[in-house]
Amino acid sequence: MYSEKVMDHFNNPRNVGELKDANGIGQVGNSVCGDIMKIFVKIEDGIVVDTSFKTFGCGAAIATSSMATELIKGKTVKEALRLSNKAVAEALDGLPPAKMHCSVLAEEGIKSAIEDYYKKQGIELETVLKADEE
Amino acid sequence: MSGIIYADNAATTRLSRCALDAMMPFLTDDFGNPSTVYAPGRTAKKAVESARFKVAAAIGAKPEEIYFTAGGTESDNWAIKSTAALKKEKGKHIISTAIEHHAVLHTLQSLQKRGYEVTFLGVDRAGNISLEELRSAIRPDTILITVMTANNEIGTILPVKEIGEIAHEAGVLFHSDAVQAVGHIPINVAQMNIDLLSLSGHKFKGPKGVGALYVKKGLRLPSGMHGGAQERGLRSGTENVPGIVGLAAALEDAVTHIDANMTKVSVMRDALIKGLTKIPHSRLTGDPVNRLPGTASFVFECIEGESMVLLLDQNGICASSGSACSSGSLDPSHVLLAIGLPHEIAHGSLRLTINEDNTQEDIDTILEKMPRIIQRLRDMSPLWEEKNAEVK
Ligand SMILES: Cc1ncc(COP(=O)(O)O)c(C=O)c1O
Ligand SMILES: [Zn+2]
Repeated sequence: MYSEKVMDHFNNPRNVGELKDANGIGQVGNSVCGDIMKIFVKIEDGIVVDTSFKTFGCGAAIATSSMATELIKGKTVKEALRLSNKAVAEALDGLPPAKMHCSVLAEEGIKSAIEDYYKKQGIELETVLKADEE
Repeated sequence: MSGIIYADNAATTRLSRCALDAMMPFLTDDFGNPSTVYAPGRTAKKAVESARFKVAAAIGAKPEEIYFTAGGTESDNWAIKSTAALKKEKGKHIISTAIEHHAVLHTLQSLQKRGYEVTFLGVDRAGNISLEELRSAIRPDTILITVMTANNEIGTILPVKEIGEIAHEAGVLFHSDAVQAVGHIPINVAQMNIDLLSLSGHKFKGPKGVGALYVKKGLRLPSGMHGGAQERGLRSGTENVPGIVGLAAALEDAVTHIDANMTKVSVMRDALIKGLTKIPHSRLTGDPVNRLPGTASFVFECIEGESMVLLLDQNGICASSGSACSSGSLDPSHVLLAIGLPHEIAHGSLRLTINEDNTQEDIDTILEKMPRIIQRLRDMSPLWEEKNAEVK
C-alpha cells in the first residue's frame, strides 16, 4: 500500500521533534479529521536554516511531514513557499489516492510556519507573496 | 509467516491443518462436478452433503436449512434483500443497529434508496442495544430485525436470544450476522430464536470466499442467485466443493474444541487487556464482560491507529485499527463513533484479535513492545504535548 520511501520516512522520520530556536511555528489540521501537523522553522537571511515537525496522524502524515521538512531545509523562503503537496508526494514515490489529503497538510503546515515567522516581523504573508509576483 | 505474531484473527485466520487435509482431495483427484451422475460427481456431491450435515450440527440446525454461499457478505446481502422482497406486501420497515458490519449496513442503505425504512438502534458505551428500545421500535409494517451476534471491532456479544424472542412475539423475522461468533462462542439457532444466520469460513480457520446462510425451514426465501438451480434452486452456481469441505472441517474442529479454546483464548485476551489498559490514557472498547474470547480492543489517546499498526508491523506483529486514515475515509469507524467515542479518541483505536494458535509468548511480546510504540508516537504528537501542558 505504501512505497518503500514512505515506509522509510515513517520508520526513520527526519527532523522530528521540537525546534528550540524556531522563529516560526505553524499548526494545521484538527483532531476531528485525524491528522495534525506542527511545523517549526528557523529562518535567517531569507533562508530556512533549520526545520522540524511534530505530527499526530497516520503513516502518510508522518512520512509527508518528514519529507516536506527535508525538502525545505536550506532552501530560500520563496522556494519553501512554492512547495506543493504533489511535490512532497512525488518525492515519496507517490501516495495512495486516499492518502493525498494527508500530504496537503504538509504544504499547509509549512506555509503556516512561514506566515508565523513573517507575522512576528510585523509583515503579512500576502504582501510578501505579492512583492514576489511583481 | 514464521517469526510473525498474528493478532488479527477477526480479519481472517490461518487455514487449519484439518481443513487443508479435508480439502486436498477435492483440489486434486476428486474434482467432479456435484451435479453430474458419474462416480467423481457423486463423490463431490456426497462431500458437499456431508459438509452441510456438519455445519447444521455445529449451529443446531437441520441440514436442509443450510445454503452454501461465497462468504459472509453474500449471506448478509441475500438474507436481507430477499427478506425485504419476500415481505414487501406486509411492510417496508427494518430494524437494525448502529454497529453492524458494512455487509449489513450498506445492504440496508441500498434498501433505503429503494423505499424501505430502516431504524438503526443506537448502542451504549459497551456496544449494547436496549431491548426496551427495540420493542418500541417495532411497528405493524416491520418485516425484519437484523442484529449481529458479536461485533467485529469491539467484540461485544449482543443478546441475540432475547432479541429473537422479541422479534417472534411480534411476528417479525430475525436475521443475525454471526460471522465473528460462529466457531468462537456456542451458537444454536433453534434455542436462540434465529430465522436467518450468516457465517463465513475464513473467520474460524476455514478457507476464504466460502460461507453459509442458515434459513429456517418453512421460510420461502427468494433465490439469491439464478442459474443452474444448485443449493435446491436458491443459490445457483457450481459448488465451491473444496471450499465447502474445508469450511465444514474447520467448523467441526472449532465446535469440538470450543470450551477448551474459549478458556485458553480468553485467558490470553484478559492478559492483553490488563497489560495494555495500564498504559496511561488508554481504555478498553466494547463490553468488559460480554465479549468475544479473542477480541482485545482499545483506544490510546493522542496517537493515531494506523501509525500504531505500522509500527507493530515493524515489530513483526499484525493488528488492525478502525481509525479514519486506515479506513480510507475522513471518519473513524461508525462503530467507534456509535459507542460514543469523540472523533479524536476514536482515531487512536487498536484491535488485537487472537485465537487458540497464539501463545503466551505472543502475548508477552505484544505487552513488551506496545508501551514503547505508544511512547514513540506520543513523543512526536503535538496533542500529547498539549495534554501534558494542561496537566502542568
Ligand atoms: C461481522 C462481519 N460480517 C460480515 C463479514 C464479511 O464476511 P466475508 O469476508 O466472508 O464476506 C465480516 C468479515 O469481515 C464480519 O466481520
Ligand atoms: Zn492521514
